[in-house]
Amino acid sequence: MTIEKRTAAQLVEALAAGETTSVAVTQAHLDRIAEVDGDVHAFLHVDAEGALRAAAESDERRAAGDSSSPLDGVPIAIKDVVATKGLPTTCGSRILEGWVPPYDATVVARLRRAGLPLLGKTNMDEFAMGSSTEHSAFGTSHNPWDLERVPGGSGGGSAAAVASFEAPLAIGTDTGGSIRQPGAVTGTVGVKPTYGGVSRYGLVALANSFDQAGPVTRTVLDAALLHEVIGGYDPLDSTSIDQPLPGLVDAARRGADGDLTGLRIGVVRELGGEGYQAGVLARFRESVDLMTKAGAEVVEVSCPHFVHALATYYLILPAEASSNLARFDAMRYGLRVTPDGHPSAEDVMRATREAGFGDEVKRRIILGTYALSSGYYDAYYGQAQKVRTLISRDFEAAFEQADVLVSPTAPTTAFRIGEKVDDPLAMYLNDLATIPANLSGVPGISVPSGLADEDGLPAGVQILAPAMADDQVYRVGAALEALLAQEWGGPLLDRAPELTGGAR
Amino acid sequence: MSETPETPGTVAAAGEQPSISRDELSHLADLARIELNDAELDHLAPQLSVILESIASIRDVASVDVPPTTHTLPLTNVFRDDVVVPCLSPDDALGGAPEVEQQRFKVPRILGEEQ
Repeated sequence: MTIEKRTAAQLVEALAAGETTSVAVTQAHLDRIAEVDGDVHAFLHVDAEGALRAAAESDERRAAGDSSSPLDGVPIAIKDVVATKGLPTTCGSRILEGWVPPYDATVVARLRRAGLPLLGKTNMDEFAMGSSTEHSAFGTSHNPWDLERVPGGSGGGSAAAVASFEAPLAIGTDTGGSIRQPGAVTGTVGVKPTYGGVSRYGLVALANSFDQAGPVTRTVLDAALLHEVIGGYDPLDSTSIDQPLPGLVDAARRGADGDLTGLRIGVVRELGGEGYQAGVLARFRESVDLMTKAGAEVVEVSCPHFVHALATYYLILPAEASSNLARFDAMRYGLRVTPDGHPSAEDVMRATREAGFGDEVKRRIILGTYALSSGYYDAYYGQAQKVRTLISRDFEAAFEQADVLVSPTAPTTAFRIGEKVDDPLAMYLNDLATIPANLSGVPGISVPSGLADEDGLPAGVQILAPAMADDQVYRVGAALEALLAQEWGGPLLDRAPELTGGAR
Repeated sequence: MSETPETPGTVAAAGEQPSISRDELSHLADLARIELNDAELDHLAPQLSVILESIASIRDVASVDVPPTTHTLPLTNVFRDDVVVPCLSPDDALGGAPEVEQQRFKVPRILGEEQ
C-alpha cells in the first residue's frame, strides 16, 4: 500500500518498525497535495518546509529512542480557525487575510510537542459559518467523491484532505456539526468531543458555548489516537474539564472486536423521517441492524424538544457570534479599510467590516444583534436559552433508556456546489441532526454507513454518548466500523474514484 | 460598542410573523458597525425575514419556570496562582497591526464629527 493510503495507526507501526521515516511519510503527503489539491482545494496554506523540518526532528528523536508520543512523526492538517504561530490563520475570511498569529492554540502546541509535522491549514466556511465551504472567501473545497459537490462544512477542507489522502489526520472544530457533517458526506470519521474536553484556547471563537475542536480521520482508532494527544485539561481555557480523559484508544481497540452484547442503543425518533434522503435512511437502518446482530439491544427514544433545536441554535449562535466578531474592529490586527476624507475609528470599522466579511457572516452578525436588542432579548435569546435546558433534559431522559443514541449524521448526501449557497435556511437544515449535541455538550462521532442508492455518495451514522463518556463513542464507533468493513470487504474509501490530474 | 442596542418596532405577538424591514436592517447594520450598500440591503432583508420566521416558533416552547442554560458544564470560578509567565513581546503583539507608531497601535480619530 502506498504511504498516503495508510491509516495513522499503520504509519505508527511502520515508523516504529523502521520501514519508513517521518520525512518520507511527510514528503509523500506533500507530493499528494501537489498532485490533487488543484482539484480538491482542501488547503489554504501548505507549509512544506516547516513540515519537513519537524519530520526530520522526529526522525532524529526516533533514532535516539526518544519519541515524544505514539503519533510522533505522523503529519497532520489543521483547520484554519486554529491559531498556528508563524503560519497564516485566516478563518476563511478576507478580514484576516495574511494574519500570522504570534502564538499557538493549545491544540497546536500539543500537536507540536507530540511531534506531529503540520502540513498546512485547511479551508473552511468563513468563521465556521456554513455547511459546505462555499462561504470561504478563498474558494470552495471539492468533495473527492464527486468534484462537482461540496465536502460539507464548515470543516470541509479538513474532511476533504483526509478523504483524498492528502493527510492521514486533521483537526476540525464542531459548533453545530462542522466536524461530523463533513465526515458523513466525505466517507470519513469525525468526532466532536464532550464540551470542555479539548481546549478552546487559540480557537477563533464562533460561539463559545458550542465550539469544540476534535479529530478528523479515516478510522475510529486514528481519531482516538489523535484525541488523546489534543484532549485533557488546559488551565488556559476556563471551560476546560479538570479531569483525566477516559481511555479512548483502549475503547476503540476493544470496540473493534465488533461485540456489542448488552449495549442499549437508542434510535432518536425525531432525528429521521421527513427531510431525510431515502438512501441515507436505508444505510442507517442497515447499521442499526448490524449492531443488533452484534448483540446490541435497540430501543426507540423520543426527544420531543429536538424539533426546536435548529431554531434554538440559530438564535444563540448568532448572538454569541455577533459579540465575538466585534473584535474585528480594524484596530489591532487584520484588514483596515480607510474611507476617503477624515474618517473616525467607527467609520473605518464599518467600512472594514463591509469589505472584510462575506454575506453569511453579515447575516449572522445582524441576526445576533437583533436577537440581543432590547425588546427582543427575552422573546428570542432568553427563550432559546430555556429551550436549551429542555433539550438537555431530553438527552438525560434518553440516556436513562439507552447507553448511546444513534441517528443519521446528516439528512442528505453531499449536495452540488452552488445549489444552496444563497438559500440560508436550506443550508442550515444540513445540521438538523448534529446540533442537539452542541446545545447539550455531549460527545458524538460520525462513522461512514455506506453509499446512498440514489447517487452513490457516502452517508454517515452519528453515535452520541452522555457528557464525559467519549470512550463509549469510540467503542461503539469502532464496533460499527468493523462490522461494516466486514460486510463491504474493506473500508468505504476504497470505493472512492481515483483522483487524476488536478495538480496544485 | 458602548451604547445599548435599541431596535425600532416591537416583538411580533404570538401568531404574527416577525420580519425585518429594509429600514430596520439598516439600523441593525449600524449597531453592528457594518456598512451595507443598497444592493446588500435589498438582498439581505428578505433573507433575514425568512430566517426569523423559521425561528419564531421558539417563543412559545418553554414555560416561565424553565431555567435558562448559558453553559452546559456546571462551572465554578477557576483560580490560579499568581505566577509570572512569559508573554508576547511588543514586536509580536504589534506584528499584525494595520498601523504602528512608537510601539503602539495607531488608530484613526476615535470621536465623530459631532462629538
